[in-house]
Amino acid sequence: MDIELMINSFPKLLSATLITLKLLSVSLILGLFIGLGFAILRMNNNKLINKFAYGYSYLFRGTPLLVQIFIIYFGLGQIEYLRTTFLWVVLKEPYWCAIIAFSLNTGAYTSEILRSAFQTIKIGYLEAGRSLGIPKKIIFTKIQIPIAIKQSLPAYGNEIILMLKGTSLASTVTLMDLTGVAKYIISTTFKPVEVFIVAGGIYLFMTFIVHNIIKYLEKKYGFQT
Amino acid sequence: MELLYFGDKGWGDELFFATLMTIAVSITAMIIGFLFAAIFTPLKLSSNKFLNTIGNAYTTVIRGVPELLVIYLFFFGGSGAIMFVASIFGYNDYIEINAFLTGSFSIGIISGAYSTEVFRGALQSIDKGQFEASKVLGFKKYVYFFKIILPQMLRLAIPNLSNVWQITLKDTSLISVTGLVEIMRQSYIAAGSTRDPLFFYSFAAVLYLMLTFFSMQLLNRLELKYNKGF
Repeated sequence: MDIELMINSFPKLLSATLITLKLLSVSLILGLFIGLGFAILRMNNNKLINKFAYGYSYLFRGTPLLVQIFIIYFGLGQIEYLRTTFLWVVLKEPYWCAIIAFSLNTGAYTSEILRSAFQTIKIGYLEAGRSLGIPKKIIFTKIQIPIAIKQSLPAYGNEIILMLKGTSLASTVTLMDLTGVAKYIISTTFKPVEVFIVAGGIYLFMTFIVHNIIKYLEKKYGFQT
Repeated sequence: MELLYFGDKGWGDELFFATLMTIAVSITAMIIGFLFAAIFTPLKLSSNKFLNTIGNAYTTVIRGVPELLVIYLFFFGGSGAIMFVASIFGYNDYIEINAFLTGSFSIGIISGAYSTEVFRGALQSIDKGQFEASKVLGFKKYVYFFKIILPQMLRLAIPNLSNVWQITLKDTSLISVTGLVEIMRQSYIAAGSTRDPLFFYSFAAVLYLMLTFFSMQLLNRLELKYNKGF
């Protein structure tokens, strides 16, 4: 066991953690909006819109995240037309490609979580709102969304942890996130166990924190089944 | 479409074999995962504090650390560990272990952590009376486990196991980083030599979708079969 290497690599890995956290937070926020949008589309009565939203979530949940990143990073650059638009500014950066892939991916999972949360809302709440003469929009924003957020907290906590692990794939498109730096140190020192312990420890620490925040929120907002 | 021709002209046959490789790795990893689950589920349910901690540590660490990091550990560490053991026996040459084995093993360890959780949940949701009744009736221990508990546990576990299967199937794409020629690796090679990454990665996505779709159909049928009479 090479303790010195572990101590030396710790600051390097810690600074790489910042990139991991940046990737995670930006894609979670974007993914939440995408997920909410598609969850609303899923509850639409129009069959075509409904099918479209289902197709989106099926596509992104049925294929590995790695394929999605590769299609966006390597694949989209091939379309000549895209290179002439302003989108190219975004798509030539591996950082933004990773964020696009992560957001779309977590958006698909989030839409499923939110949809099932919306569906478990007791119809009585909506009927009560309607009979009190509350407008539809306000029922949605003031009754349905808060209840859905409560209901989906445990599942969304899992999704955050899955996404935290998912950001490690950014290292496959040349980004130096926590896993990327860990791989670099492993391949230059050939000490995989030591680096794994430090990098894995940092990841575990982050999952631990996320887990506890979600637990706290569940308690605070009174999760009822 | 010419790119998908079988034979020397296209990549059809290569991608076909790569798909078979993905299926082979997924199934092997799933089986290795079951072996791990068979060891760690009893540990997790054990009342012994020490054994319990080992069981919990396994599932917590593996489920909290990115799959890619676990794969790097075994990819870079695997041959080192074996060479170390070999050097004790006086063999000092470089040993390279099979990419298929390292890949299946690392994905297997990951899938095993998820399977352990599934089996633990299934075992815990079996009615207590079933355990008590079989004890009262004086069944031998293995009869009691294999004929009474296991069938009930499987029925409860199958829906969640099909989720584990999906996760495992998708995780196998990650072992392309170790050079094993499965769908992702083959697409990478094909994309590199034809300069058509969009087509090949999209085709890889279609292959994965087909795999998940057909395996879900199969697993749903299995679920129905086990749920007969419920």
